Amino acid sequence: MSGMARPANGPVARMEAAFCELRRQRRNATLLGGAILLACLLMAGWVSEFHPATLWAGLPRIGEYFSRIAPSLEWGKLFAGTATEGSLAFWMYRLDDWGLLLFETAQMAALATLMGAAAGLLLAFPAARNLGLPGWMSEVARRLLEATRTVPEIVFALIFVWAFGVGALAGILAIALHTAGALGKLFADAMENIEMRPWEGVRASGGSWFQACRYAVLPAAAPDLLSYAMLRFEINLRSASVIGFVGAGGIGEELYKVISFNYYEEISAIILLVILAVVCIDLASEALRRRVIEAVS
Amino acid sequence: MSGAINPGGHRLSPGEVQAWRARLPAAFGPSGAARVWRVLGLAGFVAWLLATLWWFDVTPWRLWNGLQGLGVILRLMVPPSPGELWLDILKGLAESLAMAFLGTFIAAVLAVPLGFLGARNVASSVLFRFSLRRVLDGMRGVDQLIWALAYVRAVGLGPLAGVLAIATADIAVLAKLYAEAIENAEKKQAEGIAAAGGSPTLVMRFGILPQVAPIMLGHALYFFESNTRSASILGVVGAGGIGLQIAERIRVRHWDEVAFIIIMMVMMVMAIDWLSRRLRQRLIGG
Repeated sequence: MSGMARPANGPVARMEAAFCELRRQRRNATLLGGAILLACLLMAGWVSEFHPATLWAGLPRIGEYFSRIAPSLEWGKLFAGTATEGSLAFWMYRLDDWGLLLFETAQMAALATLMGAAAGLLLAFPAARNLGLPGWMSEVARRLLEATRTVPEIVFALIFVWAFGVGALAGILAIALHTAGALGKLFADAMENIEMRPWEGVRASGGSWFQACRYAVLPAAAPDLLSYAMLRFEINLRSASVIGFVGAGGIGEELYKVISFNYYEEISAIILLVILAVVCIDLASEALRRRVIEAVS
Repeated sequence: MSGAINPGGHRLSPGEVQAWRARLPAAFGPSGAARVWRVLGLAGFVAWLLATLWWFDVTPWRLWNGLQGLGVILRLMVPPSPGELWLDILKGLAESLAMAFLGTFIAAVLAVPLGFLGARNVASSVLFRFSLRRVLDGMRGVDQLIWALAYVRAVGLGPLAGVLAIATADIAVLAKLYAEAIENAEKKQAEGIAAAGGSPTLVMRFGILPQVAPIMLGHALYFFESNTRSASILGVVGAGGIGLQIAERIRVRHWDEVAFIIIMMVMMVMAIDWLSRRLRQRLIGG
């Protein structure tokens, strides 16, 4: 090819031109995308006061803060009593209080999940589109579930603290309301995916709508429903551990207090306990979920 | 009942029913032991429920009072109104959005090298990978709100703390997802480049990165969506954004403005969900 003069409109030249055109288009698209991204970043940085100077000044303080939070443990005295500085017992000196608070948090999460799942289940039947209810009913139920799902729990908690007073009840109800929205949608979707023959069988042999829900829909959807509810319990445990920040009970209140009063080492102790509790419950709940699903299905 | 009629059409005698019951006990409902367990389980559940309700001091009277208070609040919420400081609300919304965007961007960029370091087929040292993963696990266990509270103490009130909280909480999760994507990448391209004499850096750049880039981008966009939700509440602990506005208005009980802000928050989240879905379809195609 090299020795020959290429025809100006031959296939090779056309391919070359098309290739160049494609490359140019791609480069332009990349440049445009990069410019848009850069503009967004600059704007976001300006709006959120993310100035390099502020960040630079803040970095040493961040390092200092987190090194202060870290427990000062010493190898030699690790297992000494509560009175020795540098021992595990000194670090976790209020373990009994915190353990009780963690237990309370777990109970809050359990109760909220139960209440939310019950409310979600009641709303899931009208929200499922395959159970022969009028269309407006499922629309209303779905919009209601969406509304409670989109508003974060903390916002509900802030409002409920005014209505029900400071304490665990406000937190439980806030998490339960959010859970009802999230679980109700998942439950309704699970019900829409069931085999419809049992339903037709129950209805054909004269069963009422409620009997059909009880004997055709629930048994078929039960494994999914249980699995979703247990996953939600794990999520709710995390929410319950921070919902105390707004005064709605649980370990969050204590955490808020120690962070606000700069009780440095207690912060790391409580956070470590929360992480441990969440991990333990995750593991236990996963094992339980597998067993329950096997038993049900 | 249909259970007592066999296909031939004649009724089973009581003796025959007894014989069937002996042969197939499970078909006639749960056995005695199972029934006892069921009752015991139910009793235990009711006992737990009552104990918890008593512990949390949940009484009908308290619930009724609370619901009445809630009714008053809901009545005061209609009609929602932006109030006099509606510019602050708009600024708070923009701040939340900016915090989510910047936090996700920082996390997504920093998570790329961490993801490569944490991937089994890239990082060589087992000990290093193990310790990196444990550190990331620990960071993942801490809620965004806790990070925000800590950063507010470290760098002061304002959206900067929120950006840092979002970035810190997400780096760990994104790095784990990225590492998994890199581990699942096709090895043939990487091997081809290595066989053609490419250095490890070139292998990563041209063998692995093109495969995992769409997955990484998809994860980052999902996180942007979820961070838009969480950035709207970080202000509750003083980390900037619309959460601060809502907490302030709840404190002074301007419920109509609270309702307005909640509606704006929901609309912003829905708009970002829609935008991110469109963007994902265009960038990744599906």
